[in-house]
Amino acid sequence: MTDQTMTPEERAASLEGMGCRRKRVEDVRFTQGKGNYVDDVKLPGMLFGAFVRSPYAHARVKSIDAEAAKALPGVVAVLTAADLAPLGLHWMPTLAGDKQMVLADGKVLFQGQEVAFVVAEDRYLAADAVELVEVEYEELPVVTDPFKALEPDAPVLREDIKDQKEGAHGPRRHHNHIFTWEQGDRDATEKVLAEADVTVEEMIHYHRTHPCPLETCGCVASMDKATGKLTVWGTFQAPHAIRTVVSLISGIAEHNIRIISPDIGGGFGNKVGAYPGYVCSVVASIVTGRPVKWIENRMENLMSTAFARDYWMKGRIAATKDGRITGLWCHVTADHGGFDACADPTKFPAGFFNICTGSYDIPTAYLCVDGVYTNKAPGGVAYRCSFRVTEAAYFIERMVELLAIELNMDAAELRRINFIRKEQFPYASALGWEYDSGDYHTAWDKALKAVDYEGLRREQARRIEDFKAGRTRKLLGIGLSHFTEIVGAGPVKNCDILGLGMFDSCEIRIHPTGSAIARLGTISQGQGHATTFAQILASELGIPASDITVEEGDTDTAPYGLGTYGSRSTPVAGAATAMAARKIRAKAQMIAAWLLEVHDDDLEWDVDRFVVKGAPERFKTMKEIAFAAYNQAIPGLEPGLEAVSYYDPPNMTYPFGAYVCVMEIDVDTGEWKVRQFYALDDCGTRINPMIIEGQVHGGLTEALAIAMGQEIAYDEMGNVKTGTLMDFFIPTAWETPNYVTDHTVTPSPHHPIGAKGVGESPNVGGVPAFSNAVHDAFRAFGLRQAHMPHDHWRIWRIAENLGLHG
Amino acid sequence: MIPAGFEYHRPTDVASAVAILGRHGDEARVLAGGHSLIPMMKLRMAAPAHLVDLRGIAELGRIEIGDDAVVIGAMVAQHDLIAHEGLAQALPIIREAALQIADPQVRSMGTIGGNLANGDPGNDMPGLMQCLDARFALVGPGGEREVAAREFYESAYFTAREDDEILTRVIVPRPPAGAGWAYEKIKRKIGDYATAAAAVMLGEGFASVAMTNLADTPVWCEAAGRALAAGDVEGCVAAMLEAIDPAEDNRGPVAFKKHAAAAALRRAIARAQARRA
Repeated sequence: MTDQTMTPEERAASLEGMGCRRKRVEDVRFTQGKGNYVDDVKLPGMLFGAFVRSPYAHARVKSIDAEAAKALPGVVAVLTAADLAPLGLHWMPTLAGDKQMVLADGKVLFQGQEVAFVVAEDRYLAADAVELVEVEYEELPVVTDPFKALEPDAPVLREDIKDQKEGAHGPRRHHNHIFTWEQGDRDATEKVLAEADVTVEEMIHYHRTHPCPLETCGCVASMDKATGKLTVWGTFQAPHAIRTVVSLISGIAEHNIRIISPDIGGGFGNKVGAYPGYVCSVVASIVTGRPVKWIENRMENLMSTAFARDYWMKGRIAATKDGRITGLWCHVTADHGGFDACADPTKFPAGFFNICTGSYDIPTAYLCVDGVYTNKAPGGVAYRCSFRVTEAAYFIERMVELLAIELNMDAAELRRINFIRKEQFPYASALGWEYDSGDYHTAWDKALKAVDYEGLRREQARRIEDFKAGRTRKLLGIGLSHFTEIVGAGPVKNCDILGLGMFDSCEIRIHPTGSAIARLGTISQGQGHATTFAQILASELGIPASDITVEEGDTDTAPYGLGTYGSRSTPVAGAATAMAARKIRAKAQMIAAWLLEVHDDDLEWDVDRFVVKGAPERFKTMKEIAFAAYNQAIPGLEPGLEAVSYYDPPNMTYPFGAYVCVMEIDVDTGEWKVRQFYALDDCGTRINPMIIEGQVHGGLTEALAIAMGQEIAYDEMGNVKTGTLMDFFIPTAWETPNYVTDHTVTPSPHHPIGAKGVGESPNVGGVPAFSNAVHDAFRAFGLRQAHMPHDHWRIWRIAENLGLHG
Repeated sequence: MIPAGFEYHRPTDVASAVAILGRHGDEARVLAGGHSLIPMMKLRMAAPAHLVDLRGIAELGRIEIGDDAVVIGAMVAQHDLIAHEGLAQALPIIREAALQIADPQVRSMGTIGGNLANGDPGNDMPGLMQCLDARFALVGPGGEREVAAREFYESAYFTAREDDEILTRVIVPRPPAGAGWAYEKIKRKIGDYATAAAAVMLGEGFASVAMTNLADTPVWCEAAGRALAAGDVEGCVAAMLEAIDPAEDNRGPVAFKKHAAAAALRRAIARAQARRA
């Protein structure tokens, strides 16, 4: 079949454009072990760095004796804060406007904190030398509880700023207080609560967990003293931002810095921030004149690089007696650890937590977040969610369930009567967002019908009778969740990180023979960008996706962008891709008009060609146009066919979804089994359904882990109790349930192709679905709130506290 | 996660291995599957100067099914225990237990000898071997001796094995025909040690019950077996709950572990009773 005989539909299908279940082009190399990760980078003369870390959560560093380590043959250098201080690099700025010690400067604030950096000829010698560095500590009182940290006589953690009354986000009211962030109308909300028919108050804890990507963090820094050029390969989710930050910290001119993110083995927010390992590797390379590699091991990753969540969310919700929600009040005590190294847009110290009114039309709301220092690792990153959105979704989805209990209503019906209605979009929320589009009722009804919700409730009622009669020891939980995400940060007018506007970019070059390369400011960590961005281009340009190379991650070649996290790649860089493609198509139209000797306006676009209106036999394909662009002298037009677009989104996008989880729970052992999980996602226009389903499966599995056992736990001395994968729960195929995915399509009205982003929705919506299933199983026996994670013993404790063990 | 330096030895017979151990005293450790020792070395919680790998000793890799007893070489991997049809006929409880150890990758490396000799209270085989009244052959400079599994474990990581001895074989008596059996393990996830695990054998006039990871050694409880032999399930559970001494850890507090232990034991008993011919 030639393209002369193909129908337009056949030609469109052959492009493998948007909507196609195109196989991931990345997987050819990944499944053959041919990926190229940072630890695969091996340079001549490369040294290896390793950290001496603090065994204590809070201690003064009295002395560091590195002589024995330096004397070990093969050890090249041992760096301490004293070595970095003359360069001004013993501290570094964090993305949250705070500063963080690169190496312990007089004291340590969390177990696992970086104290000294050993540089040796290989990683084995480095590990041996770490053992030889003698550090004398004086233990200090430890605070791991953020409420105790705010008591008047709590130990001073940050001596460097203890007298500083003003922080990066306004006044500080205590030596361990970081910021207060208020949104909404406090007085109006208090009034609504005071006058409401029904109110519910509860503390909801979203525990501390960790993104734990398969590949840990690391880098290779190489300072070429001949050219003055610094190249850093690393696990960076935002390579351009890292380049700018490195330049600002080090004083090296930005054009002399090249950041390369090779293949990345998962990020999930863990690889957004800057870590002491990066700074130490760069300094060590400058000092030694040799490349220096630093790769975290798993325990270091879990102990020291960015954690997620740790939010104590006190909620109050008001409603009429027939279930109309009238107001929402929330106070968050946010445990940020020893330094505020949260990765949020600068003006949002609690991220987008003010999406916490969720999918509901709540007229009045108030939010106050207090950030607190404790003797725990810094972080607070968006682990497979937009900034603090999973916390917000969990909070509101628990509050709605609690309200349903108070009203003695069905939780699905309570949600339905409070959803924002389709005709209310664009919808201005009480806490300041403008939701772009949604059709929650359609999605909700489709989900409930798909799982036979009424039938499930009847089965649950029978199960409760059987349990009470002693015929079974297993309960049935039906976990509901309707979430609204807020992704695609974001509009430069209110979204920046360290002053860098959160636009993104795409540059396209069409080659003379009609194939193309596109470079973006984002970086895939498993999302499949090389597959999906080519699909957007295929549909926009009429070039087969297989003829398009997508390249990311090299700051010397890619256009400036803010990277990949917060489900921003499709909403922002995906939009830039479409806009750049449209610039190319506009020029292509002029070329085609000249070739066909007609006016531009006499042409119309038809899948992969411009056709003369009314004369379908007269056309020029994009391939023909590309050749002409490079080989014909066209009056008034420059040769070539390239375009670049920097896209500043007018608004965020608001993906949403409806999830139902059915769980069996053994009240004696706390063992659980997910019997059924239905996930309906609406991410607007769907670029590659197969990749969407894969993203949903992965996100749900991480949500399962978080809800059912995954945590970073500390004892009272600040020791990490869950520092290995024996205790830190990563589900295997065995624990992972079978997921049923479904969708509705409500395009974003402001996005060029209507896409909203999806990678993080399943984590945002999944955690409340799993947790609500546990709560729902015990609702008939009086359970109100039980904190995550719902591991076996904590589920057993629920049953024990409710008197179900006889 | 990088071990300190060590000398690696790979003898091809037991006598040579014992000689190397004798030469280096407590500076040497025997390496079987390595799934306990190597992680400890990577954490530098163990730093033996000499590692004596038993993988080259062919005679330690055999399974012999005798009329009265089954003899299993120390280097038989968990995977081999699962795959051996004769063993599955003679002692199906071993396959059931081995299938609940770690994951397939670990089971293809981890050995029965390492699992038994390390003295880790979380390991599954020690409790099972106590239930089965197995005996361990230990070879040292003075020759071979046998120790009953029920007398082998002294406290966590401390056993009746001397530093210069190697556990070479496990001798498991074959249970009476028609005996019921079950190994029940409650764990948080694949790859985890037991929150509570129970090994149960029962038949006409006899029963044997042991539990795992509920004290600093495996717990074989004679009184629990006696009660069960008399048909008193709740008496068996009560006796076992008296015998165990669980400690709080990330799997949960003591009260939960006792509750889970009772649940695991009841499940194992029910399954064993159902399997009794």
